[in-house]
Amino acid sequence: MDVSLDNFLSSAISIAFHGLAQAMVLYLISVGLSITMGLMGFVNLAHGAFAMAGGYAMTTLMNRYDVPFVFAVAAAVAVGVIIGLVLERLLYRRLYGGDELDQVLMTIGLIFVTVGAATYFWGPVAQPMRPPAALSGQLEFASRQFPVYRTFLICCGAVLVTALWLGLERTRFGAQVRAAVDNNRMAQAIGINTSQLFAITFTLGSGLAALGGALGADLLAIKTDYALENLVYFLIVVAVGGLGSIRGPFVAAVLVGTADTAFKYTAPEFGAFFIYALTMVLLLWRPNGLFGRA
Amino acid sequence: MSALDLETQGLHKNFGALIVASNIDFRLEHGARHALIGPNGDGKTTFVNLVTGALRPSAGRILLGGQDITHQPQAARVKRGLVRTYQINALFRRLSVLENVTLAIPEREGIAGNFFRPAGHYRAAIAEAYALLESLGLADEALRPVNELAYGRQRLTEIAVSLGLKPKVLLLDEPAAGVPSGETGAIIDMIERLPADIALLIIEHDMDLVFRLARRITVLVQGSVQLEGPPNEIAANEQVRQVYLGERAHA
Amino acid sequence: MMETPAKETPSKPGDVLDAFARRHRFRALEVLPWLVAAASYFIFPDYLALGAQILATIVFALSVDLILGYAGIVTLGHAAFFGAGAYTAGILAANGWGEPISGLLAAAAVAAVLGGATGAIILRTTGLTLLMQTLVIATMLLELANKAGQWTGGADGLQGMQVWPIFGAFRFDLFGKTAFLYCFAVLLICWLIVRAIVYSPFGRSLTGIRDNVKRMHAIGSPVNRRLLIAYTISASLAGISGALIAQTTQFVGLGVLSLERSGTVLIMLIIGGVGQLYGAFIGVPLYMIAQDRFATIDPVYWYFWIGLFMIFMVVFARGGVLGAIERVKLWYRASDGARK
Repeated sequence: MDVSLDNFLSSAISIAFHGLAQAMVLYLISVGLSITMGLMGFVNLAHGAFAMAGGYAMTTLMNRYDVPFVFAVAAAVAVGVIIGLVLERLLYRRLYGGDELDQVLMTIGLIFVTVGAATYFWGPVAQPMRPPAALSGQLEFASRQFPVYRTFLICCGAVLVTALWLGLERTRFGAQVRAAVDNNRMAQAIGINTSQLFAITFTLGSGLAALGGALGADLLAIKTDYALENLVYFLIVVAVGGLGSIRGPFVAAVLVGTADTAFKYTAPEFGAFFIYALTMVLLLWRPNGLFGRA
Repeated sequence: MSALDLETQGLHKNFGALIVASNIDFRLEHGARHALIGPNGDGKTTFVNLVTGALRPSAGRILLGGQDITHQPQAARVKRGLVRTYQINALFRRLSVLENVTLAIPEREGIAGNFFRPAGHYRAAIAEAYALLESLGLADEALRPVNELAYGRQRLTEIAVSLGLKPKVLLLDEPAAGVPSGETGAIIDMIERLPADIALLIIEHDMDLVFRLARRITVLVQGSVQLEGPPNEIAANEQVRQVYLGERAHA
Repeated sequence: MMETPAKETPSKPGDVLDAFARRHRFRALEVLPWLVAAASYFIFPDYLALGAQILATIVFALSVDLILGYAGIVTLGHAAFFGAGAYTAGILAANGWGEPISGLLAAAAVAAVLGGATGAIILRTTGLTLLMQTLVIATMLLELANKAGQWTGGADGLQGMQVWPIFGAFRFDLFGKTAFLYCFAVLLICWLIVRAIVYSPFGRSLTGIRDNVKRMHAIGSPVNRRLLIAYTISASLAGISGALIAQTTQFVGLGVLSLERSGTVLIMLIIGGVGQLYGAFIGVPLYMIAQDRFATIDPVYWYFWIGLFMIFMVVFARGGVLGAIERVKLWYRASDGARK
């Protein structure tokens, strides 16, 4: 009986760590989307493309050019930031306040472009990701094994959500973002440059997404249809969490990440079905998300 | 049978600590010409939203022709003859003037849900809509999309749509708002020509309009009824004069 | 096409009323797409299989136009109904009942039930939440189809479909002749249905809902009921389209339920023009023929170019082909008036 309890705990830990790590990755990628959607009401379906860009940047630098992990990750973030800035200026700002359909279509077009571009440069195979030696393997603690990299991801996520929350609550910039999310027109009326605010927020969000894509390349495989395949998950986290929130997507990501892993482990015949059903129910109960505005 | 076409009893609405409608008792008689006045943002449109069902009350009752409609959805109240217009035009902007009205009439007649016959088959409804436009002087622009019309003409279209519903109780929310003074004549004219058996409630800021059209006035301040009575009483009231003298000074 | 004002302001009320009441009458120009389709049958005998696919997909695009162009509901999950129809027809044909017409009707019924059930639940929401729900439902079905391998064939697709000859006489031949004519006939019927709906008071009220839903409530319209009916009809049509594809290719893969399927039908509709009844007839052939041509040149990069084209279209050419035609007409009329 001791053995099966032991096995159960091992499984539980495995599920929890995998689930939480996945949650952190989802959070990193989706938090930017939540803020920008809450800020400008812009339906950006192509957000996953920034994560993908970060993932490709990091894995290419590490695999082909032996760039050390830290620098590769930093480069990935830079790539996300630059692409975000360029696309925001060139494309996204043309459709602010526009028709929802236009936004959906433009961003679908963008996804398709990324699929094509990724195929051209990297081919259809998923990019392998090997965590650096320092973060590989297992950690011994209280006579149990904990995966190091997953632990690292969880720590990253926790640090980040704290930093973001502090940034939003304690800085002037954060106050402006909160004001503009709450009431865009009023924020403009009191002199907040919401257009500039959005550009900065969008760029930050893209950078975070790239970070998430890079760090999570192990969990969400970097391949050509990344933006399309994971779109549902990113949108679920944002919709269930609530737009314009820092905490909302965190809670939603934890929910989705752990529940998804748990379901897939215990009832693999149904796969992700339960997550989708859960999402539907949650959205019916709280159409604006758990932490969204009514 | 009640002689009161519309009545509210203790109508109350609050958002947390913010009270936007405070225990409003209101009576609108059959054939009334009633005006609702008061400072901006003090709850007049909120009152209309509550009465029409766009907003759910926190407490109180609403009675239409003696029947309790407090929990009925907006569309059901319209079917019973409670119709409103909007302070800012809420029209079908990409559709023509005639089409705007021909969306309303079939709803009233209960034929708007049919999909087996083309809309053009229902000639009576179209003719009625056109006659309505003629009576409001909009006939020449019948086929033009609403967003191409001058604002005053759009305002008339707004009223045309509500008249197409053959209301028993009509709530006009600032019918002359935003209309250049040269075009208000048509609107005032239309209001004066409304059938005597319609109970009319007008929200207005324009005091000339109010005193010309209303036989009874209610003053709403900060969501509660301050005063109610015939125009001469209201005009003579010291508090009202202060409020409106203050407003006039800024006008 | 529907709201074009009269060329000169009519002087007599009778003229106005006539013009207004006759909008639904068939115009000569409306025969054009059918002539083109019929001509294609004779001119392109090697492409009938593609032609059949195009005709079937136009039904799908029409179903989306009804809900998007007329009722204003943006959906990323219409493939759910398309796929439900495809799998219904497919599973029937793979399990002993290959009669195509009844298979088609069964698909329409299943899709309608699915549409009605999901619509009843999600149509109360709006905006992003509604978009999400449509996406989630389609993804759920995809997941289900993936896992229910013994019925659907899972990731390998449904094998062993045996579709019987239509009316017992017209076999599905290798050249696609029967398929083409079958799809042509079904499209014609579906189109007549959609056209009738669009010009009916019901259809007009959908336009009202799209334009200003707040006012629809304020004129006493039972908005949610109308939307649900429209959604159910739309779902049923999408199911018919899926069944046509399944029956004419004798195969159903998971792609019928994919986000890509939902997305590309939107693209096809946009290219032609939304909410103008004929966008589907223009956008679908353009897209599918271009894709077919591209597949021989450079199959991998189709997505890149179509994506770029989409971005270009949204930023510079909203309204699609039909929108561009309208703009040209307006410009022509304006310059005509200036000359007078």
